[in-house]
Amino acid sequence: MEAVVVQNMTKTYGKEKTLAVDNISFSVAKGELFGLIGPDGAGKTSIFRILTTLLLADSGTASVDGFDVVKDFKSIRNTVGYMPVKFSLYQDLTIEENLSFFATVFGTTIEANYDLIKDIYVQIEPFKKRRAGKLSGGMKQKLALCCALIHKPTTLFLDEPTTGVDPVSRKEFWEMLRRLKEQNITIIVSTPYMDEASLCDRIALMQGGKILSIDTPDDIVKAYREKLYAIKANEMYPLLKVLENYPGTLNSYAFGEYAHATFKDQMKNMEEFERFLAEKQLTGVEIKSIEATIEDSFIKLLH
Amino acid sequence: MRTLRFLLKKEFRQIFRDKAIVALIFFMPCIQLIVMPLAADYEVRNVNLAVVDHDKSPYSQKLISKVIASGYFRLQGYNSSFHEAFKLIESDKTDLILEIPQGFERNLIREDKQRLFVAVNAINGTKANLGGSYLSSIIGAFNADMRMQLVQQPRYSQFPVIDIVASNWFNPVLNYKVFIVPGILAILVTMVGGFLSALNIVKEKEIGTIEQINVTPIKKHIFILGKLIPFWVLAIIIFTIGLILARVIYGIAPVGSLLTLYLFIAVYLLTVLGFGLLVSTLCDTQQQAMFIMFFFMMVFILLGGLFTSIDSMPDWAKFITRFNPVRYMIEVMRMIILKGSGLKDVLPHLAAVSAMAVVLNGWAILNYKKTN
Repeated sequence: MEAVVVQNMTKTYGKEKTLAVDNISFSVAKGELFGLIGPDGAGKTSIFRILTTLLLADSGTASVDGFDVVKDFKSIRNTVGYMPVKFSLYQDLTIEENLSFFATVFGTTIEANYDLIKDIYVQIEPFKKRRAGKLSGGMKQKLALCCALIHKPTTLFLDEPTTGVDPVSRKEFWEMLRRLKEQNITIIVSTPYMDEASLCDRIALMQGGKILSIDTPDDIVKAYREKLYAIKANEMYPLLKVLENYPGTLNSYAFGEYAHATFKDQMKNMEEFERFLAEKQLTGVEIKSIEATIEDSFIKLLH
Repeated sequence: MRTLRFLLKKEFRQIFRDKAIVALIFFMPCIQLIVMPLAADYEVRNVNLAVVDHDKSPYSQKLISKVIASGYFRLQGYNSSFHEAFKLIESDKTDLILEIPQGFERNLIREDKQRLFVAVNAINGTKANLGGSYLSSIIGAFNADMRMQLVQQPRYSQFPVIDIVASNWFNPVLNYKVFIVPGILAILVTMVGGFLSALNIVKEKEIGTIEQINVTPIKKHIFILGKLIPFWVLAIIIFTIGLILARVIYGIAPVGSLLTLYLFIAVYLLTVLGFGLLVSTLCDTQQQAMFIMFFFMMVFILLGGLFTSIDSMPDWAKFITRFNPVRYMIEVMRMIILKGSGLKDVLPHLAAVSAMAVVLNGWAILNYKKTN
């Protein structure tokens, strides 16, 4: 069964009709961990706000758990959990007060759904008398997740939950999401971090309000047909310039300590290319063939 | 109901957790109530006076000492020419010039009549007006005294005379504070309630907490009620403190029924808070809300009859005051506290304020959108 269905959704802002979401369609199966991956301004937050009934789309339809986001917004508000990008709990209330407040607002109690949040809550419980504003970034995220889960939502919307959180907490956070998935909660998560994409069941790569590709992370990587090379030299900047100017280059870009590049004809005569690099006075050149990552796929889709 | 109870609990917690705000909410009105009536006083004292005495007779001396002895005037110059005295007005050292002509005494006795010249610096209209009329009445009294001494009164006056004796009701000694304190208390309660409510929802918008609230199934009217009730309670407490202060410091005890007074303030606060919440739902930032509230507060206060009488305003201004809740509050405060008016007397006011409360709160609920 599909938990979330979006059809031909479009949203523009302001008088200039700036396109934020451009005729998007996708669906998410029940119990799936679905990722919206894309840079800032790709339209991820707009989609979240439309699906959580905070924003009205210009055109198109969407439903969550079978409820229409416009007609049945009341039912949706009862069943979904939402964690906005910006920490939006009461900073002047303590962890415990925030949690019981949101439990009450949804007409439930902490005790009733304690088993759902237990794993996460025990980590912040020692600080339950501390005001939310005084918590560290990672603890704030955990508290926000607890508050979004306290009414046992069927679908959970997490808008960039790991932005501004340290690598260790990020890892922990994704482990928590995995465990929540086991409870058969549909999770839609957005992130600008490509490395997190591979942790999702399926992902949608987004850019400028459009979905470039939707598939499982593995299939997206498999769809990358060209042979990819990682190239390194002592002089990185000149190397990038040289790669750009090399007539056989299809695509090249900096990637960490390497430059990634694809070539026409799958690079049959490697010697000629190496000679070309040597002519340009590059030293310590290292070339290796590598597997593409999601980020490589994303960059390719952008071109 | 459980949700509302929890919302209230949360609001009160947030208010009392911000110690600075609590201090401001309670101390500011108290201090204003103690200081403002002392300073905002229309009684004009210490009017500066220059005298140009061309007569220098015992009568002119008597007149001058009578003027000074009244306590309203301070003699700043005793000049020999008007020209010299006028310089004092120009340099703002004096407000009034009293010129006594030569032959003042002689003409008063012989010809039974004399003219004095009073020049008033009218830049400060109130001071000029009152100073001039004080001086006229003192001179009038001096005239009467002199005539008593000079003329043997016949048993019956030759001319029929209507003597008017005024008796001041509700404020027998014309104490200005009695008049102003209830009004100031009304303004203070309005300001605290209005500003607190106007800034509240906007604050949630600014911090972003409203996002989280909006995805919950909270009903709009429950949310608005949760915002309204805490400030209503706070304002009632401040009002009570103000009443106690008025009693202790100024000796002003309500003549009318306290119950009627509280009934009215209860409804009135709903109007003020409703207005604040409406502003709050309309604005996106606290700054916007602050400026809008400031604008309306100024209009409400200046057109509220606190300092200037509404009856003396032009017709268009009078019309505006009909939509000014503060006006009704100030009137009712004076009616109940000073005059002892009953519920029947304030019913029209109560009706007007209730209507505004319904409109403003209804509008605020409609205008608070969980989706945009």
